Amino acid sequence: MAGGAASGGDATSDAYAPARGWLLLPAWLVLGLVVLVPVFLMLVYSFLTKEFRGGVIWEFSLAAYDQFFIDRGLFGDDPPRIEWAYIQIFWRSIWQAGVATLLCLIIGFPTAYFIATRPAQQRNIWVFLITIPYWVNLLIRTVSMRFILRDQGPLNDFLQWVGVIGEPLTIINTNLGVQIGLFYSYLPFMVLPLYAAIERYNFALSEAAADLYAPRHKILTRVVLPAVKPGLIAGCILVFVPSLGSFLAPDLLGGARNFMIGSLIDEQFKGSAGNWPFGAAASMILLTLVLLVLMVLARQQARAARGAG
Amino acid sequence: MSSERPAAIDVRDAVKRYGDFTALKTISLSIQDNEFFTLLGPSGCGKTTLLRMIAGFEDVTEGAIYLHGKEIAKLPPNKRPVNTVFQNYALFPHLSVLDNVGFGLEMLGRSRTQARARAGEMLELVQLSQFAHRKPAQLSGGQQQRVALARALAPQPKVLLLDEPLSALDLKLRKAMQIELKHLQRETGITFIFVTHDQEEALTMSDRIAVMSSGELQQLGNARDIYEHPRNMFVADFIGETNLLAVTVDRIEAGRAQCHLGGGQSLGCDAVEGVGAGAKVHLSIRPERLFLTDTTPEGEGLTGRVVENIYIGTDIASLVDLDVGFRVTIRTSNSERGAKRLFEPGAQVVVNMEQGAARLLVD
Ligand SMILES: Nc1ncnc2c1ncn2[C@@H]1O[C@H](COP(=O)(O)OP(=O)(O)OP(=O)(O)O)[C@@H](O)[C@H]1O
Ligand SMILES: [Mg+2]
Repeated sequence: MAGGAASGGDATSDAYAPARGWLLLPAWLVLGLVVLVPVFLMLVYSFLTKEFRGGVIWEFSLAAYDQFFIDRGLFGDDPPRIEWAYIQIFWRSIWQAGVATLLCLIIGFPTAYFIATRPAQQRNIWVFLITIPYWVNLLIRTVSMRFILRDQGPLNDFLQWVGVIGEPLTIINTNLGVQIGLFYSYLPFMVLPLYAAIERYNFALSEAAADLYAPRHKILTRVVLPAVKPGLIAGCILVFVPSLGSFLAPDLLGGARNFMIGSLIDEQFKGSAGNWPFGAAASMILLTLVLLVLMVLARQQARAARGAG
Repeated sequence: MSSERPAAIDVRDAVKRYGDFTALKTISLSIQDNEFFTLLGPSGCGKTTLLRMIAGFEDVTEGAIYLHGKEIAKLPPNKRPVNTVFQNYALFPHLSVLDNVGFGLEMLGRSRTQARARAGEMLELVQLSQFAHRKPAQLSGGQQQRVALARALAPQPKVLLLDEPLSALDLKLRKAMQIELKHLQRETGITFIFVTHDQEEALTMSDRIAVMSSGELQQLGNARDIYEHPRNMFVADFIGETNLLAVTVDRIEAGRAQCHLGGGQSLGCDAVEGVGAGAKVHLSIRPERLFLTDTTPEGEGLTGRVVENIYIGTDIASLVDLDVGFRVTIRTSNSERGAKRLFEPGAQVVVNMEQGAARLLVD
């Protein structure tokens, strides 16, 4: 228990520091090439002028951001007002990703808890089983979901056969369809970090809480959840962030009306109807949003880690 | 110890099986109110299992457990007025020391302010008030142990269970905590059931001790009973150090049994019911009740040769090979060196024992 307090020490002030600097070089290079350079390129492109057949003209312009936030009417000569269309898409995306994250949490937590409480030899088998469907390409899985969820699909057939519903439920091309799709796409990203956290959880703490008169739900909320909070936050980030930028599930399960940011950006770079600077600008805005969310969560994470000692 | 009040804890014919392994074989014991009761036994003998059954973490395979006359074997742990100090403390890492101690009271429905006020008092009792706002990880082992104690005492349980709470502490701190625990028990008047495999700890702290081995109760009694009148070989061997000699009973006369060890040497001891002439039994003699001379004063001594003298702080242990083929240990306290004699290794000696030192044991 007390082990946590003894860990750490100042990692940068020891004799190995120079060697470590060189050994980290490849990591920094990779990070720079695959993260910083693309982001920088995107930032530059978002401030360029669009070319009509796709691509850009190297001329500074704020048009992309202007198009995103400000409505100047059809011919661009109305007095400027706030453009709600794109903000709405963003808002819908956040909502969809949030619901998907919540679904993943509700299903993922009991699943992870179940796996973590199996005998040690069985746990890896369960983890393996959870990940098997994810060896199949996401596109194929999403198309399959479309097949399963459609009005005359197996899910509706089954529910009607059981007698839960009389008429087929319309799930495809609704918000619910998108949420289910996102939930299914990213569920393992919730289960795995949660499992890792719960596996490390000291179940004697649950016994101690029961011994101190805590009923089961209080044990969960007052002891288990705070103790596995780092895993919980990691799981939420890993589901929420890719859900937010996702375009497969919204396209295939949500249809045109349930457009999300991912599809909006996707379209800007496809064919001659695209608008590269606008796509880049939308990406930058999305990135900023995600970073903000991550910063808040990271702060929470740090606080949780400090608490656990 | 019969009283009109029902016992604090009454374990009746309790059996615990894990699959086809029997961890506890029909244990019955009654623990009185305000008693400091100790479960003592070697590793794996079932002490923790019994404690966990009383706390409610393990169900009872057969038999029953009563708390003040009320059957509790079917109650979940959170419904039992019994608290536990866990071996590894199991403090909540995300809560401050104060909130750890107040946790039980909050769960009992007290407001957070009330719980904190009472937790503050408990921390004063265990002298940790200045650490109230730290997290458990920021405390030393001994301090964590006291937090665990305060946390378990705060809801004022009827019975407090302590599972080897001192085993992680160094010797000095352990001794200090033993005294502190004993005081706390007296002050609070709560019944303590204390688990240890350290016999010295058991002897110094307990009102009564239950000696267990491989799932069975071997002997129940106060420290003196158990040390001076062990009921069987296991207890004699486990509690303190002893010399065990295999002997045959020659005759019984006036409540005394005369036993011979072979080689024409014999020893006398108090007779035990059910043991007649011809029985093969063991004699247990504590090393500190033997002494060495070079002549036989009363004709009861055994001859032998000193092998080695071992210096162990307050005592010197002399190993002597008896002519009849046993090796015995004789302890001489350093303060008695004037009265009791020491012999160099190789010296021929006579091993004498104090009056009534030999105890006859039936396995
Ligand atoms: N869950 C379990 N399944 C199977 N056997 C068990 C289980 N728990 C305990 N045992 C067995 O029951 C016996 C008693 O265990 P217990 O933990 O009560 O011993 P103990 O007296 O507390 O020992 P120690 O001093 O080492 O803590 C042991 O042989 C142990 O292997
Ligand atoms: Mg134990």
